[in-house]
Amino acid sequence: MNLSYLFDAAHWDLSAPGGIPQLILAHLGYVALALLIGTIIALPVGLFIGHTGRGSFIAINSGNAGRSLPTLGLLMLMVTLLGLGLTPVLIALTVLVIPPILTSAYAGMRTLDRGVIDAAKGMGMRPWQVLFKVEVPMALPVLMSGFRSAALQVVATATVAAAVGLSGLGRLLIDGLAVNDYSRVLAGAIVVAVLAVLLDLFLALVQRWIVSPGLTGRDQTRSRRATT
Amino acid sequence: MIQYLTNNHEVVLAALQQHIYLALLPILIGLVVALPIGYLGVRFPWFYHPLVNVCGVLYSIPSLALFVFLPVLLGTKILAPVNIVVALTIYTVALLARTVADGLRSVDPVITQSATAMGYRRLRRLFDVELPVALPVILAGLRVATVSNISLVSVGALIGVGGLGQLFTRGFQLFYLEPIIIGIILSVLLAGLADLIIVLVQRALTPWTRHQHGGGAA
Repeated sequence: MNLSYLFDAAHWDLSAPGGIPQLILAHLGYVALALLIGTIIALPVGLFIGHTGRGSFIAINSGNAGRSLPTLGLLMLMVTLLGLGLTPVLIALTVLVIPPILTSAYAGMRTLDRGVIDAAKGMGMRPWQVLFKVEVPMALPVLMSGFRSAALQVVATATVAAAVGLSGLGRLLIDGLAVNDYSRVLAGAIVVAVLAVLLDLFLALVQRWIVSPGLTGRDQTRSRRATT
Repeated sequence: MIQYLTNNHEVVLAALQQHIYLALLPILIGLVVALPIGYLGVRFPWFYHPLVNVCGVLYSIPSLALFVFLPVLLGTKILAPVNIVVALTIYTVALLARTVADGLRSVDPVITQSATAMGYRRLRRLFDVELPVALPVILAGLRVATVSNISLVSVGALIGVGGLGQLFTRGFQLFYLEPIIIGIILSVLLAGLADLIIVLVQRALTPWTRHQHGGGAA
C-alpha cells in the first residue's frame, strides 16, 4: 500500500485549488447543501404524516423507493437534462437524502407513547405546543438516527459528483484512476471514509446535546450517582 | 425508447444479466458469512458492541472508494468483477451481521428457556427455535441489503464493471437520454422484484406473524 500521496505535505496546502483541504471543503459543501434542502423538504412532510397519521403509506414506501433509485443513474440523467453544474448534482443528492429523513420523522412520531400526548392535551397545550414541545422532542432520537444515516449516505455518494466534472473528494478517486495513480485513489478512499466516521461522531454529539436527558436515561443515572 | 430497446436489446440484456449476478451473489455470500458472526455477537455479549461499531464503520466506506481500493488490497485487476462482488459482500455482511445479532437478541427469553426445558441443546435450539423466531427481523435486514446492493452495483460502471450502470455512463458520454432512463427503470424494477420475492418468502416461512398482526400488512 502506497500512502505517499496522502502524506505528502504539498497535497495538504490550504490554498491550493486541487489540494485535499479544498476538496474536503467542497465535499462538505455538497453534503451540507443536500442535507439542508432535503431536511427542509422532508422534515415538515414527515412530521405532518406522523402527527396526523394521514398518508402514512407515502412515508413507509418512500424509504424503499429511495433506496432502489440508483444515484449514479439519477445524477447522469439530471446532467444530461440540465447540463453540467451544481444543480443536477444537488438534485440527485437531495433525492437520496429525503427518504431516510422522511421515514424517520414519521417513525419517530408514530412510536410515541399516546398517553404522553393525551397528558399534554389534558394539561391544556394547544396542538402546536403538543407538536413542538412534546412530540418533536420525544421523536428526536429516531429522527436523528435517520438524519445520521442520510448524512453517511450523502458523504459517500457525493464522491460521484466528480464523475460529472464537479469537485469534492471524488476528484482524487476519478483523477487517480484516470492516470493510474493508485496512491491518489487510496488517499481519496481513506479521506472520505475518515470524513464519514468523523461526521457521524459529530452528529452523535449533536444528538446527545439536543435530545432531552430525560429520554436517554442519562438524567436518571446522574441523579442516582448523586444520591449514593 | 422502444426503438433503442429493439436496436440494443443484446447490450441491455447483457447489462441486466451482469447486474443481477453482481448484486445477488454478494447477498448469498454475505448472508452465509453474517449468520455465524451475528450469532457470536449474541453468544458472547462483550462482542456485541465492537461488532456494531465495526459494522457501522465498514458501512460508511463510500462504494466508489471501496471499488477502487480493493484491487490495491487484493491484488486483483481494476476491471475484474471480483472487486464489485467483494465490496458488496462487505456491505452485506456489515448490514446483516448486526441485523442477525439484533434479531437473535429480540427473541423472548421465555421462548429460549422453554426450548431448553424441552430438552433442546444449544445448536438445535438455535436452528429450530431462535432463528425462525428471529427470521422477520433478519429478512427485513435482507430486504434493505438486497435493494441497496442492486442500486450500488451501477456505481461500478465508473470503473468499467457496473451492470446496468454501463447504460448510465454510455448515455452520459453520448448525451443520450434513452439508455439512462432504461437503466434506471430496469434497476428500480429489479430491486422491487427482489424485494417482493423476499416478502413472499417471509410470508411462506413465518405464517405465525400474519395471525398476530391480523392480515400480515407488516
